[in-house]
Amino acid sequence: MPLVKGGKITDDIFVHVVDGAELPADGAVLVSAARFLENPEALFARSGKVGVIWPNNRDVDDLVPHLERLGAVALVFPTFRDGRAYSQARLLRERYLYRGELRATGQVLRDQFVFMLRAGFDAFEVKKQADAEAFAQTVQRYSVFYQPTGDGRLTALHRRMQLRHSESAGL
Amino acid sequence: MTSPLEQKKIKIAGPSIVTANRTWDGAVIYRTAGQGWSADLADAAIVRTSDEARALLAESVADDLGAIGAYIAPVEIGDGGKIEPGNLREQIRRSGVTIGLPANAIGLPVQA
Amino acid sequence: MYAYDEIDRTLVNERVAEFRDQVKRRLSGELTEDEFKMLRLQNGVYLQLHAYMFRVAIPYGTLSSKQLRRLAHVARRYDRGYGHFTTRQNIQFNWIKLAELPDALADLAEVGIHAMQTSGNNTRNVTSDQWAGVAPGEIEDPRIWSEILRQYTTLHPEFSFLPRKFKFAITASAHDRAAIKVHDIGLRLLKNEAGETGFEVLVGGGLGRTPFIGKTIKPFVHGRDLLSYVEAIMRVYNQYGRRDNIYKARIKILVHELGVEKFAAEVEEEWQQMRDGALKLDEEVVEDIRSRFYYPTYEKLPHMPDELRKAAQDPKFEAWRTNSVFPHKAQGYAIVTISLKPVGGPPGDATADQMDALADLADKYSFGEIRVGHEQNLALPHVARRDLPELWKALDKIGLATPNVNLISDIIACPGLDYCSLANARSIPIAQELTRRFANHDTANLIGRLHINISGCINACGHHHVGHIGILGVEKNGEEVYQITIGGRADEKAELGTLIGPAVKFDEVADVIEDVVEAYLALRARPDELFVDTVKRLGVEPFRERVYATR
Repeated sequence: MPLVKGGKITDDIFVHVVDGAELPADGAVLVSAARFLENPEALFARSGKVGVIWPNNRDVDDLVPHLERLGAVALVFPTFRDGRAYSQARLLRERYLYRGELRATGQVLRDQFVFMLRAGFDAFEVKKQADAEAFAQTVQRYSVFYQPTGDGRLTALHRRMQLRHSESAGL
Repeated sequence: MTSPLEQKKIKIAGPSIVTANRTWDGAVIYRTAGQGWSADLADAAIVRTSDEARALLAESVADDLGAIGAYIAPVEIGDGGKIEPGNLREQIRRSGVTIGLPANAIGLPVQA
Repeated sequence: MYAYDEIDRTLVNERVAEFRDQVKRRLSGELTEDEFKMLRLQNGVYLQLHAYMFRVAIPYGTLSSKQLRRLAHVARRYDRGYGHFTTRQNIQFNWIKLAELPDALADLAEVGIHAMQTSGNNTRNVTSDQWAGVAPGEIEDPRIWSEILRQYTTLHPEFSFLPRKFKFAITASAHDRAAIKVHDIGLRLLKNEAGETGFEVLVGGGLGRTPFIGKTIKPFVHGRDLLSYVEAIMRVYNQYGRRDNIYKARIKILVHELGVEKFAAEVEEEWQQMRDGALKLDEEVVEDIRSRFYYPTYEKLPHMPDELRKAAQDPKFEAWRTNSVFPHKAQGYAIVTISLKPVGGPPGDATADQMDALADLADKYSFGEIRVGHEQNLALPHVARRDLPELWKALDKIGLATPNVNLISDIIACPGLDYCSLANARSIPIAQELTRRFANHDTANLIGRLHINISGCINACGHHHVGHIGILGVEKNGEEVYQITIGGRADEKAELGTLIGPAVKFDEVADVIEDVVEAYLALRARPDELFVDTVKRLGVEPFRERVYATR
């Protein structure tokens, strides 16, 4: 499954370690929330980044104390129709100011890329190769957005005001 | 009629067919014995056991490109083997709405 | 009339381009139906019995004549020459082809019409009072806020995959014509003591399998906090609404299961953390939206012009005028309701020819504006009273002057089993027969205001729960049978109807309704006691007795 980051397909530095399996000696690892919360300090003590896969039916509150030290948070779309991770993503980015990698996993399809970017995701485990290859082109589908999210884009309402101000300023 | 979209277990009560809608235009279609689709009910493959129905449905559903919403529907076999819709829903799907479409001319009332 | 600008047009065009690409990938097999279905629903495309159905958005029920003509064009070019206006102020076309949909959408985009989010598990059309902006006594035009909400909810990245559909309605008049109490979020516009605009916020109303009347969770939310407060509600819903069972996934279930106090507290907790963020609306932003609404410049006209005095001699004109013409906030003007319920006709349908003709009449007599009501009628909102006689003649010629507005033959019905794949029974033939039984306008006027609502299945798109008389079609042993309820209301005194007895067969429904009406005429305290008030006063029992005595 290709990983898209920075707008293109890249190698995944994170190794996904299933529950019960031994952690590799070093290198970045992605572990389940249960495993992480058992002993976060032990994981952070390793050399190599720590990433957590957080289930979409659990508040992100328990993760918040660790956000500064996490290398990645992976959120889950069990089907593309289950949109709970969008709320989790926005809370992590906008309320808790998480700055690390925010990864979309699960059924991640082309037609949700724009929504995901706007919600704050910056890495995508894309289900289909063709979708991953079309990422850069797909995210250009929309140039106008009505509502503010943390992505910093100016919303339509404020763009209009901006235009009005520049008109009246004779620009 | 209770929407067959809510069918969970496959159990037929009499002769049945598989019907769906054509993907590109939504037209009503029937699964034929030759692993295809026809817009004519007369061409529909008839199944008489639940196993046959299940198999025909599975094969129909696999044709995701040609058809959508496939399900099993009852039919009645008339004289000479003529296939007739087995309930009001299938009658409506085959023959159209029961209320008459409005005439295009202005002001003409709809025929009941 | 809200005027689209460059930004609005760009968004709609980008949406059309996206959908064109999605249809292409579907028809090439790159997208499976499972992956495509939610995408097509988000553009208003359903699969029905015979064909696809295409639901086009008419935001808060306001159309320009240019837009109405384009709807007529779509009906002709891509469909079978007619459209159906819905209980949420939208329009539906029943015979559309998927392969042609991108072109139909492109044609609509040219005049600022779209089909975004008219279906799917997202936020739907923000509906309002079809008399917004012109009703006497209205506090403020609710469409300004409907538009603010429309923009806020369109392609919202966080709320495009909710547990289930989500519907808003706004009213700004004492008499609620928008049925806010049966919406997921209902907003009642009001002013606080300082004269500032705000909203009473109700949550968890809805019909369907488990009907509920909405409950107030906050008596006053200031206008500047509207979007942040709504975002708090939606975030709570998105995270905690049930996703395991589609019949329990609406917000009304969450409110019911948590209890309204706990739900309100969850929302408040979330809201307190974001109320001063980017969603806070400043005056300038609201004024910007307001400035793009077009209002006509009304002339100073007399209340009783000569044309009207003369025309009063004509009983046919008078019958229509006393039925379909309503007071306007500007002197000398009127709001004209256009009945789409001709005798024997399917309720809420209009042919392409009628749409074109009505667009011309709107240009001539209503400053180019038309409204769509949730009772499936249309309205011309700015008619000078001196023009009423000429307007009536023209409407009568095109079959749009049936004087039955708000009367027993002004029936609200879903498409039912004739069209809809969710239906268990037909609704339109029931409506047609009832209009024939009560075709006599004197009889209908004698009966007075009476709303009949018909649904062909429990999903209640006909709003039968809140009909004065509600008719619900169900299936029993392969037969269509109908449950009858009475005493429902959709307005500010919203209430669910009560079953009067066992279900009746298709052929008996009209007889039963006649018996219900007969019972009412015998039981009412005075000629002007409305049916729904008689039911309230006496309860269901006297009706049940009379109707089921011989059955």
